Amino acid sequence: MIYLDHAATSWPKPAEVIKAMTDVLEGAGGNPGRSGHRVSIAAARVIYDTREEISRFFGVSDPLRVIFTGNATHAINLALIGMLKPGDHVVTSSMEHNAVMRPLRRLEKKGIRLSMAPCASDGSLDVEDVTNVLTSDTRLVVLTHASNVVGTLLPVAEVAVIAHRAGALLLVDAAQTAGVIPIDMTAMGIDLLAFTGHKELQGPPGIGGLVIAESIDIAQIDPLICGGTGSRSESEEQPEDLPDKFESGTANLAGIAGLGAGLRRIQDIGIEEARAHLKTLARALIDGLSALPEITVYGTLDPDRSVAVVSFTVTGRRVSEIGLRLDEEYGILSRVGLHCAPAAHRTIGSFPEGTVRLAPGVFTTMDDIQQAIQAIGRIIRS
Amino acid sequence: MTQYGVILFHTTSSVLRAEKLLIAEGVEVKLIPTPRQLSSDCGIALRFNWTCRDRITSVLKEARVEIDAVHALDVMQA
Repeated sequence: MIYLDHAATSWPKPAEVIKAMTDVLEGAGGNPGRSGHRVSIAAARVIYDTREEISRFFGVSDPLRVIFTGNATHAINLALIGMLKPGDHVVTSSMEHNAVMRPLRRLEKKGIRLSMAPCASDGSLDVEDVTNVLTSDTRLVVLTHASNVVGTLLPVAEVAVIAHRAGALLLVDAAQTAGVIPIDMTAMGIDLLAFTGHKELQGPPGIGGLVIAESIDIAQIDPLICGGTGSRSESEEQPEDLPDKFESGTANLAGIAGLGAGLRRIQDIGIEEARAHLKTLARALIDGLSALPEITVYGTLDPDRSVAVVSFTVTGRRVSEIGLRLDEEYGILSRVGLHCAPAAHRTIGSFPEGTVRLAPGVFTTMDDIQQAIQAIGRIIRS
Repeated sequence: MTQYGVILFHTTSSVLRAEKLLIAEGVEVKLIPTPRQLSSDCGIALRFNWTCRDRITSVLKEARVEIDAVHALDVMQA
């Protein structure tokens, strides 16, 4: 079996990740920070250490500014619902995933005003097109760091500069980049970063986070969920302290332990090495597919300007047929359709049919890619 | 006779951050359940040798770790 669906979730998970999860459940299973006995403290330490590693990884000096959530979607919702008030103006791109579009469309009905910066058909975003829709009352700019459909990287650091100049903050959806593209929030001017643990960070599903830069006054963000935090228990009011304000309820201890182990695994490989490997695979995949005349490959076709997410269609064939035959006849696993991103498919011109998406991971080999290209060629000719 | 001090924090994350920073500085500290006479909170607190008090508060101030309160504990209580 050749798994080329890493943009949906990385798989299989590294043995270190699974071990960290079972270890913490066996050895440190107390309710973190609630009870003060040794297993409770051991559990709290695992969470704190992971918080610290994540903050360092994303270039934020205060580990308490890492808020653990269930996934990137939850983190994006916390930022958007927690910050935006009726009348606020928000700018986003035409390449966003529904994790961004759906909460924004819902907030639009409650009175926020939304402007779309149009992307080119290769998914790229010209900073000028953001400038054109920014106004003096824009509160927030929301951008995906890389498209989950075609992998195209958006110029988040450049947009941060113009957003800040207009008095707006920048929220980045790093679901497709955390773990493969170095992200230094401080250097890049990212105010809020939503990440998920289960993609290229190699962690399990069900853990992600929102990292809040020191530029943000946390009084500006309302919590999505209120409840017990193990702190200030005498009060019936939600605490304002970080990270407790946003982390009510018992944490996903095993998930956080797995995320920490996944992050260490990626750092052992080296993020630059991982990136270089994925670029080589993407180059081979794009070239191999583009050589087949029936195939249209979407995106920039340039691995330097995208992450390793490759989308294509075949003239006269349904994407669902290609995906099914790849799976059944060749054991090659892809994802077909709209990838929860109708806006992105409209932008690249593949709506409503969608595309076949191939997304190698850091452990995918060149042989896997060559086999996939051959299989697709055979399916087209048969 | 006062031998130990206890520092209370607002969050578990702050206690653990403080513990790590202090251990890295070579200061001996221990996490204990928050003494009930000091707080009705359900969390953990940081116990330290009273003689290290100034050093500890300066390390935590430097790292901008927010402290709730510092208390002296006599040997019986500790």
